[in-house]
This record gives sequence, C-alpha cells and structure tokens, in this order.
Amino acid sequence: MELAQKIGRTVIDTLAYLGALAVLGARASYFTFIGPFKGKSLRFQAAVAQGMEVGVRALPILSLITFFIGLIMALQSAYELRRFGALYYVATAVALSMTRELGPLITAVIVIGRSGSAFAAEIGTMKVTEEIDALETMAVSPIHFLVAPKFMAMVLMLPCLTIWANTMGILGGSLFGVLQAGFTFGGYIRATIEALFLRDVVTGLIKSFMFGITITAVGCHEGLNTGGGAEQVGRSTTRAVVVSIFLVILVDLIFTALFFFLGGQ
Amino acid sequence: MPEMLSPVLTQVPSREPMISLRNLRVSYGGREILHGVSFDVQRGETMVILGGSGSGKSTLLRTLVGLEKPSAGEVWIAGKNFSAISDTEKDQIRKKIGMSFQGGALFGSMTVGDNVALPLREHTKLEDSTIDIMVRLKLDQVGLSGFEDYLPSELSGGMKKRAAVARALAMDPEILFFDEPSAGLDPIIAAGIDQLILELKKAFHMTIIVVTHELASAFLIADRMVLINKGDVIALGTSQEVQNSRHPKVRQFFDRVAEPAVAEELDYLQMLTGHHSRQGERSPGKSG
Repeated sequence: MELAQKIGRTVIDTLAYLGALAVLGARASYFTFIGPFKGKSLRFQAAVAQGMEVGVRALPILSLITFFIGLIMALQSAYELRRFGALYYVATAVALSMTRELGPLITAVIVIGRSGSAFAAEIGTMKVTEEIDALETMAVSPIHFLVAPKFMAMVLMLPCLTIWANTMGILGGSLFGVLQAGFTFGGYIRATIEALFLRDVVTGLIKSFMFGITITAVGCHEGLNTGGGAEQVGRSTTRAVVVSIFLVILVDLIFTALFFFLGGQ
Repeated sequence: MPEMLSPVLTQVPSREPMISLRNLRVSYGGREILHGVSFDVQRGETMVILGGSGSGKSTLLRTLVGLEKPSAGEVWIAGKNFSAISDTEKDQIRKKIGMSFQGGALFGSMTVGDNVALPLREHTKLEDSTIDIMVRLKLDQVGLSGFEDYLPSELSGGMKKRAAVARALAMDPEILFFDEPSAGLDPIIAAGIDQLILELKKAFHMTIIVVTHELASAFLIADRMVLINKGDVIALGTSQEVQNSRHPKVRQFFDRVAEPAVAEELDYLQMLTGHHSRQGERSPGKSG
C-alpha cells in the first residue's frame, strides 16, 4: 500500500514538473512569437547577447570535442568494417552517426553544461536576492524579461551549433579516413555527401531544436524555483544539469522513434 | 523639489482608504503565518508595520504587493480587490506602487542608471534622452547624483538602498513600500534613510508603508503604526496611542524585554540532557 502511494506520488510529481516546464515553455514562446504582434517588445538585444554567450562562445570547446568524437566514431566503426574489408564505409558511418545522433546530442550536452547550468544559477541568484520579486512588483514579467531572450537564443543557436558540430565530427572522421583508410580529403568528403540524405541532417536539426526548448525550460524553471539561501542556488544548478540531460535523452528517444516509425527510417 | 511630479491621484474618492486589509490570512506550506489581519491605510499616510523577527510583518508586506497570495481575506488597493482582479489590472496598479527591498534587489548586471531607467523603458514610450533626465532627477532626489554609471556592487549598503528608492520612485508611484529600510546600516546612514523617507512624504504626499523593527526610526516617520505579533495585530494607532498600550506583548516589545520562553527552553534543554547549570562550573575547563 505504501509502495503504491509512493509510486502514485512520484508519478504525480513528475507530471506536475513536466506540466510546469510546458507552461514555462509556452509562456516563453508567447513572448517570442506572439507578444511582438501585441505591442510587447521583442527583447532582440538581450537575445543577441544571450546568443553570443550560448552559441558563439561555445564554438571552441564544441569544435574540439566533436572533432574528437568524429575521430572516435571512425576508429570504432573501422574496427568492425576492417574485418569485411569495407573501410570505405567509415565515411558513411561517421556521417550518419554524427548528423542523426551524436551531433545534436553532444551539442546539447555541452550547452547544458555551459548554459543550462548558467541559466539556473543566474535566475536562482536573482531569486535569492529578491531581484525576481522586484521585477514582479515593477509589473515586469520575469518570463518576458529573463526567460524569453534565453529561449530565443537557444532555439536559434542550438541547430546552428549542431550543424557546426556535424561538420567538425565529419572532419574528425576524415583525419582517420585520410591517414588510415586510403581516402584523399576530397574523396572522403564526396563519400560523406553521397552517404547523407537531407532527412538525416534535418531530423537531427529538429531534435536539436527540441533540445533547445527543453534545456531552456529546465534551466529557467529550476532557477525560478530556487528556495532561499546561496546553497539552494547550487542545488538548482545541479538539478538543472541532471534533469536536462535526462530529458534531452528522453526527447531524443521519442523523436528518434517517431522518425523511425513515420517511415523516415 | 520638482513640483511637476506631484502624484496623479486615481479615481478613488479621497475619503476611501488607499489600502485596506480585511481579515487577511496567509499560509506557507500548511502553516498559517497571518491569522486574520485587518487595518486601513489612508491616502497620504505613513504607516509603519512593526514586529519582531518571525512576526509575519515581511509576509504581510509581500502580500500587500501581491508577491504572496492570501489563503483567505482581501487586500484592497486604490479601491480594487487585489486578489480578485486580472493580471493586467494588477499590473496597472503595480505601475503606481514602488517597492524598496531589504537588500535593494538592484539588478547586478545593470548600472545604477539602467536600474532606475528599467521601469520607464518597460512601461513608457519616452525618448531615451527624456529617460536619462528622469534617471538623473530620481538619483538626485535620493542624493546619488553622478552615480548613474556605477554597478550596484560598487556601492555601499546605504547607497544601494538609496538607489533602490530611486528605482521605486521612477514611475512616480502613489504608494511606496519599504522593507526594513534601515536593516544592516550603521545608525548615521540609517538616520539618512529615515530623513529621505520624511522628505519624500513631505514633497509628494505619497502613501508610505514601512516595515521595520527599529523603534527609533518608526517613531520618527510614522503617522500611525501597527504592531504585529505572531501573525496578529496587537496594537494599531498613532505613535502615542500604541506607545500607551497596556497589552503585555506591546509593552514587552517597547520595553525590550526578552522572550521568557527562551529561558524556559534552556531549562528544558538542561532537563533533557541531565546537565545542571552548576555542572558547567565543575567540569574541567580549558585549563585542565
């Protein structure tokens, strides 16, 4: 009986949490897509500043990591392909795994670490120092003022970063291709382009767009629900990272399954 | 003082109270903090809400500005039931109130000038140059001329409070709320903040609500005061009336008598641990 109660409670809490994320996401979308037509300012400048922080400043670390991931994928797939004398297909393996899965996912994980956590910490600190309350008493919506620019920056930047990550991963794979699999650089790129369909890239980008919404919603929600005291900011930040990673994987699973069963393969 | 900023009064008949609390109850997670608080604040009046730590006075203030929802009862501001109106209407009222938070609550990533300009940029269509002038005017009113380009972290505690008051004044509010204006300040700076409140009151005839536990400051600025103890109003009236109250808790607050329960708790603790106060003397100290 007690177990049933616990399970029930957990399910209700989880649904309430997801509901809160959905409401936050919806309100942020309202201020981004509908608000500007109803006389509410679109915080373009703030969004550009966030975009710099979320996107442009992430490029060095993202490039390095995805280059390595591409190289690793080449090595791992070559391990198996070599046995069939099919090293030519290394380019295909790297291209597909990067664009369909690893590009969006690794990008999301890096953005969670850099920006999802920062959102929670920034908003959490503002909550603790009563700055969020101050906004509300000034009749300024914290969602409009703080969350919407982050939301805008994320849904725009995450697909861009993903394209970049895909490219860097393919370059990483080409290093192996040129040195070990007898490709010329141009040949490797041609093999990659031959292997890819537009839908491989597009499904990855759709996923990264969804990841952007998820990461922003979780980071901002955790920040806005920070309790009193500095240690609570730390707790929110940790939760933002853990929950974001979990939900990104979940969203990934849902969309991958969706694309699979909808015939996109 | 610039007379052009005299408050534009709303369409409420002037006899009606500016703020009216009716049997207000507020709970946090199942625990009731305020047990039915009722009082009125008249237009242009300075009301001081007094109370010790944990009395519920801060919760009362947060409820007044709509940051907490009452579990029962009503808050009427400018003739509107604050807990029953739409968010849009609520925002209309909020544009006419200013709040100075205990720690200032200035936005750390913006300069002092941008902090003061924020409500103007959000709610008015004024030109940037006009906003600049208004910001300078507000900062001048609180004695912070020339600090527009400083970050809040570069200001002292007293200056932060003044900057917060300047931001609260930005929209020419009709009601001004202060949360512990002198908390954490030395007596001279605190007196300066009291003086500032008195000046604002004299210059703009605003309705001012101050939450504090500083008696000296309360008696200096209050037209009337209300004393809150454990979520109940135990005294309400002019400074003189409240001071003459015979209510034991009121006397305790004004005469600064320690809570007897604390002493009892110590006895209780000693009883639990089996220690007697004499034992402390006999136990081997640092010398041993």
